[in-house]
Amino acid sequence: MNPTENTLDQAVEEGLERLTQERITRTVNQVLEKETGARFTAYVETCMRCGLCADACSFFLSNDRDPNRMPAGKVKQTVWEMLEKKGRVSKDFLRRAVRIAHLECNVCRRCSMYCPFGIDIAYMMLLVRRIIHKLEITPLYIQDTVNSHSATLNQMWVKEDEWIDTLQWQEEDAREEFEDLRIPLDKPGADIMYSVIAPEPKFQAGLIYQAAVIMHAAGMNWTMPSRPGWDNSNMAMFTGDNEISGRIARAFYETAADLNVRRIVMGECGHAFRSVYDVGNRWDAWAMPPFEVVHALEFYHELLTQGRITITEKYGKKVTLHDPCNVSRGRGLHDMAREVVGMTCSDFVEMTPNREHNYCCGAGGGVINCGPPYKGERMVNNRVKAEQLRDTGAQVLIAPCHNCHSGLEDIVHHYELNMEVKFLGDIIYETMEKRVYTPGV
Amino acid sequence: MNAFIDFIMGPMVWISFLIFLGGLGYKLYRIIHEVRTKEGYVFSYLTWYHSLRSIGAWLIPFYPRATRQQPFFYGASYIFHLALFVVPLFLSAHIVLVEEAFNVSWPALNDTFADLLTVVIIASLAFFTGRRLIQPEVKFLTTAQDFALLFIVLIPFLTGFLAYHQVFAYQWMMILHILSGEFMLIIIPFSRFSHMITAALTRAYTGSEFGNVRHARDW
Repeated sequence: MNPTENTLDQAVEEGLERLTQERITRTVNQVLEKETGARFTAYVETCMRCGLCADACSFFLSNDRDPNRMPAGKVKQTVWEMLEKKGRVSKDFLRRAVRIAHLECNVCRRCSMYCPFGIDIAYMMLLVRRIIHKLEITPLYIQDTVNSHSATLNQMWVKEDEWIDTLQWQEEDAREEFEDLRIPLDKPGADIMYSVIAPEPKFQAGLIYQAAVIMHAAGMNWTMPSRPGWDNSNMAMFTGDNEISGRIARAFYETAADLNVRRIVMGECGHAFRSVYDVGNRWDAWAMPPFEVVHALEFYHELLTQGRITITEKYGKKVTLHDPCNVSRGRGLHDMAREVVGMTCSDFVEMTPNREHNYCCGAGGGVINCGPPYKGERMVNNRVKAEQLRDTGAQVLIAPCHNCHSGLEDIVHHYELNMEVKFLGDIIYETMEKRVYTPGV
Repeated sequence: MNAFIDFIMGPMVWISFLIFLGGLGYKLYRIIHEVRTKEGYVFSYLTWYHSLRSIGAWLIPFYPRATRQQPFFYGASYIFHLALFVVPLFLSAHIVLVEEAFNVSWPALNDTFADLLTVVIIASLAFFTGRRLIQPEVKFLTTAQDFALLFIVLIPFLTGFLAYHQVFAYQWMMILHILSGEFMLIIIPFSRFSHMITAALTRAYTGSEFGNVRHARDW
């Protein structure tokens, strides 16, 4: 069943079939009354309907300034109406709400920077997703990733033996480059637990290879966990399944705690960073994460500035840098990212707007995870990103985030931008000196 | 008639200010109390530094990037909000009333300048109304309530302006001026006008989340 203008995918449609009016009303009111408080009330009552948030949203800008796609417009069509009707909303309304909250919002939080009052509209879209989750009408593909999280504690149904096999396979391959290279599994007391998202072992195992080479060359005392808890991704965080989301984050921290590592370094992923640095910890009652969580960007910066790895020859092609929401607006790493690019590339051009103000890749916030049925609209909905990229004239687009990477690959192909999309790790791997770090040399 | 005028210029002023200040005070108390009981996590992230940093950044005209993208709106908005406080507080006619009642006074605005600012307020309100009628993204969000709010602000300033210039029936204009001014004060805590305090709270929390947790700027 392919989505059309008036229908969504199988999971949503069949879910809607099952719903009764009584359950809809009860669920909407339960979430809006019991799971919110003064913060939500203040957001609703403070909004002056000024429309200034519109300029923030790539969906609005990409659709010829269609008011239906502006941030407050999305709130009007979901939350305000739910409040006004005291939860008595129809199935057609809910179908529209699923489209708005899951497919037309990246929860990128850019609009908080365009609302003069700093109203957190992404928070309200996540509340809508929470209602959708409780009504069991979450889009099919993203719900499948949550089911996988629930059953396996990783996002992609990777079995335990497959995970360990993949790591050993990458280790074996990398030993052709470095004779003594290891991917140490479950090494207690290591300085670093390195963690990745499940798509890496599933279909991008080369990234684990690269990371292992970088770790080895830098002479780090590191380890990777063999048991469930190795995956730092968290799709439940984006479907409003807070209970599963909290479970995922807890398993992750517990794995690090059991290995007794000093800190956690993670691969180039944005949403996973948001989960283990900002969101998952809260559900587990940690104001801030119980471990020092270091994003790859920050880690590369540390390795380069400390001279643990050296660059033989800077990357020569003209590059531009995409600021992933969850590490720029989400962690302020944008300036560090530029320094890393400066240390590794010789020809860098900015895209505008940038840093905290950068447009989302259009894939984030679980949008790309709603799957292939919605790829077409995702392309239309991020025209503004394509224009921004085209204006740079760069040959290579560096995107230090998995979601951004996949989303931007799609954009680049769809709009025929003729750009290569790379991770920062790809650039470092290509340009670094492949020798083992010895202090003082 | 005189008794009525005495009432609206006497006890009613007290009542209006009590409801205005008491209402806002109660609202603030209720919000903080509810946050404490239900969303205590807010206080884990809220810091004075990041709150004030964010509020401060947004108070500097055209400092946030977003404000530079909407120069007309923000230009009108800055002047409007400033004049909204300055004109009533520093109008010589108002100060005289306070002096008669309490024997305290403060420097007044030049009457012509105050008159000009009143025109600016009225013009800004016309601009805001026009936006609501014409600009698609604002029109989409606008309901009758939004026009009502603009109207509630307009009347005291318009009647004050007309009374000052003594056009139409002065006495009736004055009565309308006083009543509408009092009505505006009374309605503040019960309407979205209460953004005069809640906006600072939402900004403070977002500023703290951005600054304290995410180490990023929110302007």
